[in-house]
Amino acid sequence: MEKVISWLDARFPLTASFKAHLSEYYAPKNFNFWYYFGSLAMLVLAIQIVTGIFLAMHYKPDGELAFASVEYIMRDVPFGWLIRYAHSTGASAFFIVVYLHMFRGLLYGSFRQPRELIWIFGMLIYLMLMAEAFMGYLLPWGQMSFWGAQVIINLFAAVPYIGNDLSTLIRGDFVVGDATLNRFFALHIVALPLVLIGLIAAHVVALHEVGSNNPDGVEIKKNKDPVTHHPVDGIPFHPYYTVKDILGVVVFLIVFSAILFFAPDMGGYFLEANNFIPADPLKTPAHIAPVWYFTPYYAILRAIPPMFGSQFPGVAAMGVAVLIFFALPWLDKSPVKSIRYRGPKFKIALGLFVIAFIGLGWLGIQPVTPLYTLLSQIFTAVYFAFFVLMPWYTRNDTHKTEPERVTDK
Amino acid sequence: MKKLLFLLLALPVAAFANTELKLDHAPVNVQDHESLQRGARIFVNYCLSCHSAGYMRYNRMQDIGLTEAQIKDSLLFAADKPGELMKVSMRPKEAAAWFGAPPPDLTVIARSRGADWIYTYLRSFYRDDTRPTGWNNTVFDKVGMPHVLHELQGQLAPVFETVTDHEGKQHQVIERLELVRPGKMTPVEYDATVADLVNYLAWMGEPAQTQRMNIGLVVILFLGVFFVVAFYLKKEYWKDVH
Repeated sequence: MEKVISWLDARFPLTASFKAHLSEYYAPKNFNFWYYFGSLAMLVLAIQIVTGIFLAMHYKPDGELAFASVEYIMRDVPFGWLIRYAHSTGASAFFIVVYLHMFRGLLYGSFRQPRELIWIFGMLIYLMLMAEAFMGYLLPWGQMSFWGAQVIINLFAAVPYIGNDLSTLIRGDFVVGDATLNRFFALHIVALPLVLIGLIAAHVVALHEVGSNNPDGVEIKKNKDPVTHHPVDGIPFHPYYTVKDILGVVVFLIVFSAILFFAPDMGGYFLEANNFIPADPLKTPAHIAPVWYFTPYYAILRAIPPMFGSQFPGVAAMGVAVLIFFALPWLDKSPVKSIRYRGPKFKIALGLFVIAFIGLGWLGIQPVTPLYTLLSQIFTAVYFAFFVLMPWYTRNDTHKTEPERVTDK
Repeated sequence: MKKLLFLLLALPVAAFANTELKLDHAPVNVQDHESLQRGARIFVNYCLSCHSAGYMRYNRMQDIGLTEAQIKDSLLFAADKPGELMKVSMRPKEAAAWFGAPPPDLTVIARSRGADWIYTYLRSFYRDDTRPTGWNNTVFDKVGMPHVLHELQGQLAPVFETVTDHEGKQHQVIERLELVRPGKMTPVEYDATVADLVNYLAWMGEPAQTQRMNIGLVVILFLGVFFVVAFYLKKEYWKDVH
């Protein structure tokens, strides 16, 4: 065994990579609950890739055959239902863990200098994930797949001057049809996964270059042992965080399995009832709502009224709502990173932002009423205020002094 | 922090509290093979002449306790082999001409409409001579489908009541339906028959559902044991971290 490894090491940095990224990658010892979601996102990615490969063996990206091929997978392919439900539950699980992972970044200032690039890679992953989920949702070719895609692609048509051509380019046709299904399939199973994996690699490499943040927001590299040169508050990722993450994985899998095996529809939130009706371009469903993970942005879109006879302001607001996250590292002017040492202004702002985000998510599923529109507008204002006013309220906030070393444990 | 987490978890639950049309609760139990077999018989005899179940194979009914010979002898009218899909011989174009729209495929109808909706719908047909078929439905107004099960249920007629809306206008609305001509079955028997049929549709929507839950139980039990192992493993490794 040792011979094999030394043979490999002479030709490939096997042991060196294992040390650099696992056994001698020093992570802060005070990670808490919020630090499980990065590794869980990797797990969900693996689930999606493996189940996706098997789905692609039986799925047919053809307007005439797609819906039937999904039912064929659900009925006639051995354990096809398991593969399909794992993939559909995985899609929602991906967004749950990614939203919690991003929220962790907000809580402890993980996006701050020197981790701006990690944050940017992360946001690009989030963007790609949205595209991936949107395109994947068309594939079952049910009514919600079809009309959801119709609505979203029409948003691009609202872009001034190039809008119509742009939306035709995305569809590959003047209406959502076979051409759209085929290109979305290609992008969903080849192009976007490749980009996603590349971005995730960059995200992790950048993280391991600067080191992980922690709930105290203290840089552990500032305090190294004079003899070993390892951070005093750091512990090797392997075995400490590998065994800890196994625990997180098991708990996650219990929740994931409970949904997959006992409530795969999640009451219509993970698999919508209308998506069990084959796509019909002549029958518009009474109520079109995107899947839950897009609803905050959908609510922002609906909150902005058309201006000068164009839907573009709403579309632009929706786009800016996603892209504004990129600016976060430069908007936050607080001298401390972690919420533990920040003052009340930031805590209130973050609390309001969470309420606005979840509130918008809920409103995005509801039918339009004057009250809901007003609420959406208020929440949209709060959402943007969180970012736009951040330089002001973080600079003028009180704060406690950060400790020299990490606290608990 | 704990409160925030709770809020994150509790909110989706609140979103479930939506109310719509008042529907009767369908007594679905996909473990009840006898009910499913009775439902299958009703389905094949009454529904399958116009509606297909084009993603469902006849021989899948072995899962509800029927043998292949039984399926062949008593359920196979529109196909030759038990391995075939439950297609229908009526052409969609003709069907559209007769009913206004082609009858939808019923394989996953219980997943799109919900069992309660179908259970209420099949018990809510009433005589309406203004409709081409002579039938209307309180759950699905101006429905194209005639009351196929009327020989079992008999005929219902609407009892109207007058309501005043918020603008002060008076409307005639259907308060309830009344049996005016009995069918072969009593109302209780008819409800039970529809319940069997809906039970069958709920099962057909996902024939793997019983297997799914059985496997799920084993998976979660395994993960429960794995959790204990993982918990002590982590504790053992972490005892030297201070």
